[in-house]
Amino acid sequence: MEIIVDGKKYIAENGETILQVARRNGIEIPTLCFLKGVNEPASCRVCVVEVEGVKNLCTACSTKVFDGMVVKTNTNKVIRARKNAIELLLSNHNQNCLSCPKNLQCQFQKLCNQFQCTNKFKGEMNEFAYDDTNHAIVRDESKCILCGKCVAVCAKRQGCSAIGKVGRGFETKVSTPFDRDMQHSACVGCGQCVLVCPTGALTQKNDTSKVMDILCEDDVVKIAQVAPAVRVSLGEAFGNEIGTFVEGKMVSALKELGFDFVFDVNTGADFTVVEEAGELLERLERKENLPLFTSCCPAWFNYCEKFYPEYANNMSTAKSPNEMLASLVRYYFEKQGKKVKIVSVMPCTAKKREILTHGVIDQCITTRELADLIKLKSINFNTLEDKKFDDPFGEATSSALIFGVTGGVTEAALRYAVFKTTGKKQGIVEEVRFSDGVKEVSVDLAGKKLNLAIVHGLTNAKAVMEEIKSGKRKYDFVEVMACPGGCVNGGGQIYVDYDKVDVEEVIKKRSASIYKVDGDCKFSGSEENKSVAKIYDELLGNDKHLIHDLLHYKRADKNFYE
Amino acid sequence: MCECVRLGTENQVAEFEAVLEQNKGNGENVMEVLQKTQGIFGYIPELTVAKIANALQIAESKVYGIITFYSQFSLTPKAKYNLDICLGTACFVMGAQEVLDKILAKLGVRVGEMTKDGKWIVTSCRCLGCCGLAPAITINGEVYGKVKVEDVDKIIDSFED
Repeated sequence: MEIIVDGKKYIAENGETILQVARRNGIEIPTLCFLKGVNEPASCRVCVVEVEGVKNLCTACSTKVFDGMVVKTNTNKVIRARKNAIELLLSNHNQNCLSCPKNLQCQFQKLCNQFQCTNKFKGEMNEFAYDDTNHAIVRDESKCILCGKCVAVCAKRQGCSAIGKVGRGFETKVSTPFDRDMQHSACVGCGQCVLVCPTGALTQKNDTSKVMDILCEDDVVKIAQVAPAVRVSLGEAFGNEIGTFVEGKMVSALKELGFDFVFDVNTGADFTVVEEAGELLERLERKENLPLFTSCCPAWFNYCEKFYPEYANNMSTAKSPNEMLASLVRYYFEKQGKKVKIVSVMPCTAKKREILTHGVIDQCITTRELADLIKLKSINFNTLEDKKFDDPFGEATSSALIFGVTGGVTEAALRYAVFKTTGKKQGIVEEVRFSDGVKEVSVDLAGKKLNLAIVHGLTNAKAVMEEIKSGKRKYDFVEVMACPGGCVNGGGQIYVDYDKVDVEEVIKKRSASIYKVDGDCKFSGSEENKSVAKIYDELLGNDKHLIHDLLHYKRADKNFYE
Repeated sequence: MCECVRLGTENQVAEFEAVLEQNKGNGENVMEVLQKTQGIFGYIPELTVAKIANALQIAESKVYGIITFYSQFSLTPKAKYNLDICLGTACFVMGAQEVLDKILAKLGVRVGEMTKDGKWIVTSCRCLGCCGLAPAITINGEVYGKVKVEDVDKIIDSFED
């Protein structure tokens, strides 16, 4: 069918909304509450347009097109209505924009600017709570415009429903049940809500000033270590395309910030592969605590602790690559009598729990916080020369790099396990890649048939856990990444404008960037990492107790939330 | 204090648990379950919310959202006698404000506050639908019409058992 938008003809499909047709053709219609497929309540009224023959203004996000429809998106009537809607939201909004963590990155601020909003409406304001009890997420009700995206993402993508709409009418707010603090809610700290919040109502804890303090310390070796997925997002903060691979510049920037050594968490991931594969074989032998759950994702760790505490023993005891590397680094330097301070850079908000839990990480910042630090120090990121990670924790294989994408841990473990059992190089494992949410794979390993599940998004994890619980499914190994798409789409990554690009597209671009480097490295397996063997031999002396002590969690660790 | 004491009497708890059992896994029955819960305890105790969420397999935040959305649900204990006074136009003109002042003075509370002995809560509303009886009050749903200031003592005292 054909519709006319602002005087021009466009082809449209039956069942499409005005917004879909407009976005496909580059016609700008602003939205606040709309998040494709997740939150489409048509409640903010910012996307209103005129439709010929319809008396009232229509919301573009929810109004379906019909043949011959005539739409006007920028008449004075439309602009006035949008402006009114925004100004009404503004009248109950804390306008401390200059000191807001979202300043200049706020969608609401952008719209206020675009529509030249004033404080025309003056009236009663709500009482607002501020909650920074959670280890990862800060909630500031005074910035909330009730778009509901966070509530929808928390419920639909992450199956947590930690927050919900409370009350009605003017008193409505987004909060936890009984306004409990976030740390004692169902929140697992994944940060997916932070990614979609159009304002500063939900942000991650800001630890940049603590990192600055560390960088000012004398007599300590200052170490930065960076997770796989950070290098495909960081560049976006400096105007690069989504998914640009900026490993070299990132290392350079960290050196400029004042770190003595910059290590690659991928090296830690190579260790995780070795330790976790070993653990899997051991458990298969003993037939206990199966399926083995991967433990690299802290939000999944939190989720399992909160929702399925009875499966605590199924969690791999192998430390996350981040903590594994930090333990080794600490051991390496302390053996030489040096004091270290370790700052890890993660695509993740939930990772901040690792500052608190095992005492090997001093600070943990997100990709966004690293970008902020680089800007703070006025470093011209794009003109930096490419540098390499430092030795001895700088060498890593590309099977460690793919940890940043869903399926990566499994693929890396399979490459290693196949090499260990057959002596042959495995290469790419196509069937674990590009999953919609849950992927089941059966593999033959040394005559044994293994059932694996690869899960991303906690709603999918919940479904798989229920099937495991009811006995419907039996797995030997389950990889869970809490964020949809894995760490590439982690809650700590650089903000993207979901009005311009869908989250699926973001995941695709960042994953493609990682997979490209994996291909360039000829799909190397962790067994090819010479540093790993060297560290096991020379640093750890192949001492089983020491290795276990350094690289595995202790069971006695109490529940983080108690 | 054990959970059941905090929730209510043994009978109330048993009745509540039976309601949960009947609606196990049926999230769509949440309104009915909440109404029954309030029927049993007189209000919706905080402890029941997580239990309802678990039994019906829906999120606690959703149950809490529903409770706070509908004014029929109360999360605070109800008094033995709930006095609702109409301050709508007709009642107001006929002196409802003076009647309300007298009631509050007699009970020594503000609107919405429970008396120390847990017997009375006074709330106001905007029309009871019986303007012909203005000024009107209800006590536990029973209407008292054409109330005069000097009637207040007698009406309230008649509930003192």
